[in-house]
Amino acid sequence: MVNTSVRLGNIELENPVIPASGTFAFGYEFADFYDINMLGAVVIKGLTRDERYGNPQPRIAECPGGMLNAIGLQNPGVEKVISEEIPKLRQCFQKPIIANVSGFSVDEYVECCEKLEQEPEVSMLEINISCPNVKHGGMSFGTDPGSASEVVRAVKRVTSKPVFIKLTPNITDITVMARACEDAGADGLTLINTLLGMRIDLNSRKPLLANKTGGYSGKGIFPVAVRMVYQVYESVKIPIIGVGGISSAEDVLEMMFAGASAVEIGAANLVSPYACRDLVRELPATMERYGIKELKSIIGEAHHG
Amino acid sequence: MRQDVFTIIDNRRVSPDTYVLTLSGNTSGFRSPGQFVNVSVPGFFLRRPFSVMTWDSEGFQIMYKNAGHGTDAMTGLKQGDSLDVLTGLGNGFDLDRSGKQPLLIAGGSGVSPIYCLAERLTGNGIIPTVVMGFASSENVVMEEELRAMGCRVVLTTEDGSSGIRGLVTDALAISEEYTFVYCCGPLPMMKAVSEKIFTDGQFSFEARMGCGFGACMGCSMMTARGTKRVCKDGPVFGLEDLVW
Ligand SMILES: Cc1cc2nc3c(=O)[nH]c(=O)nc-3n(C[C@H](O)[C@H](O)[C@H](O)COP(=O)(O)OP(=O)(O)OC[C@H]3O[C@@H](n4cnc5c(N)ncnc54)[C@H](O)[C@@H]3O)c2cc1C
Ligand SMILES: Cc1cc2nc3c(=O)[nH]c(=O)nc-3n(C[C@H](O)[C@H](O)[C@H](O)COP(=O)(O)O)c2cc1C
Ligand code: FES
Repeated sequence: MVNTSVRLGNIELENPVIPASGTFAFGYEFADFYDINMLGAVVIKGLTRDERYGNPQPRIAECPGGMLNAIGLQNPGVEKVISEEIPKLRQCFQKPIIANVSGFSVDEYVECCEKLEQEPEVSMLEINISCPNVKHGGMSFGTDPGSASEVVRAVKRVTSKPVFIKLTPNITDITVMARACEDAGADGLTLINTLLGMRIDLNSRKPLLANKTGGYSGKGIFPVAVRMVYQVYESVKIPIIGVGGISSAEDVLEMMFAGASAVEIGAANLVSPYACRDLVRELPATMERYGIKELKSIIGEAHHG
Repeated sequence: MRQDVFTIIDNRRVSPDTYVLTLSGNTSGFRSPGQFVNVSVPGFFLRRPFSVMTWDSEGFQIMYKNAGHGTDAMTGLKQGDSLDVLTGLGNGFDLDRSGKQPLLIAGGSGVSPIYCLAERLTGNGIIPTVVMGFASSENVVMEEELRAMGCRVVLTTEDGSSGIRGLVTDALAISEEYTFVYCCGPLPMMKAVSEKIFTDGQFSFEARMGCGFGACMGCSMMTARGTKRVCKDGPVFGLEDLVW
């Protein structure tokens, strides 16, 4: 028997497999497909203070090894997420729920986190300072170490829940941002969000997405994510959740060797609704194949010796 | 919803750019006409959504237009090949609202779900009128099959090479005595239809999809009841929901 359990700060997870924000809706949709209690935790769709319709259509484009999305943070707003969506998820899911928070100003992040602080069903906050699909916000906090620290400090002041900061890969040196967040008091980091991309329609000769640019995710970005997790692991002490292109149990091991304490699965859920279930099922046998008994023990092993 | 592997029985061209793909496998996920399947095309990341044209206990058919890279690759699929397909997606047409004389209106790739609906309605002893619009006579598909089913078929072509010259809306005046309208086709066509009809109706929509089962918000559409997902809350919406 192998042990798949991992820890994120003070939260113990039965296994490291967590569906990523924006690719698992509010979670309960997937309870129709399989028992989602087999997952380590769930990150719900990114929420903002106010309801958002998101970007105009089309919001999705195909690309080699993955997809572009420009959803634009569509969500019903923090209050409805708390009063309607989280209770529905809790009915079918007893494991940790992670809320993903976006904002257009420091105040907005703070307001959302204050409200979430009152919600006992939320175990952890993932602060998204890396959405490439909305103007004036999201990612601009994620590319400037000063603004990022400001968000982290402000949020930490109003919550007692663990705060993970979700970083963008659309930056020259991600370790600068990682260190700024750690210094400001972040409990952990999630990386990476999507890579900024674009497709142009050969017939119309115009960008395919109404938003023109979109975030690239899926299999193709896996090596970029592994590299960034590896770099960040060397520069900070706080735990890292590795995200980006994971689609097999072997990818999970690779991400953990690079330094991830847990992983999130994004676009793979859209291609197969059973992607996370299959990963959890395959993990023990894959660990055995590589001679791993304690999953925890492999975190960051690529750095040793 | 189900995810199953299906075997290709036939992949046949029915007009210059349109094919009918016949697959065998588990169809227990299928519930109503207007629902769609999401096909994993080998070599592509995202699945491709298609309306179901026919289904029985052994398999199902879709009718697809060669409209891009994925559908172009589909034209090369051979008998015996396997395909990974999500089935039973979305909410189909509500047959109970048809009344005795429903009017079915289809344009372009909208013919497929309308055909499926016509098959179920005629199976229940209801004879619909089907108005179908195409660009030209060479694009006309399923006309004979619908007539053989007993449907009254009104054809329009934009160039007048078959049936009435013009758009489906130009043919609506001749069929005023209908009890309910079911419509699937390009957006401008559906909007024009919604402005011309005298009764209630249901309209089936398309959107670029990331997942097809409600996870990504890729397919959102504004309705009178707020933002809805075409894949999970649709693709069929009632006239009362539409804000265009
Ligand atoms: C609910 C629903 C039912 C459909 N039913 C049919 C049908 O019965 N017959 C038929 O021929 N077509 C149907 N379509 C449209 C069909 O899905 C697209 O033509 C097809 O996905 C094009 O794929 P491609 O790879 O050839 O095009 P590409 O342009 O190369 O595809 C790139 C991406 O864009 C998406 N895309 C491109 N065009 C469309 C479109 N019109 N709608 C949605 N996504 C699109 C593709 O799925 C893919 O993700 C339906 C669409 C939806 C949403
Ligand atoms: C459709 C879609 C919506 C997303 N929405 C969010 C979001 O609301 N908040 C967020 O932090 N990340 C969001 N992401 C990013 C993912 O959580 C993840 O970081 C990224 O897709 C990389 O992982 P992947 O390659 O496994 O998809 C979204 C991604 C996709 C594909
Ligand atoms: S296509 Fe993903 S929610 Fe509709």
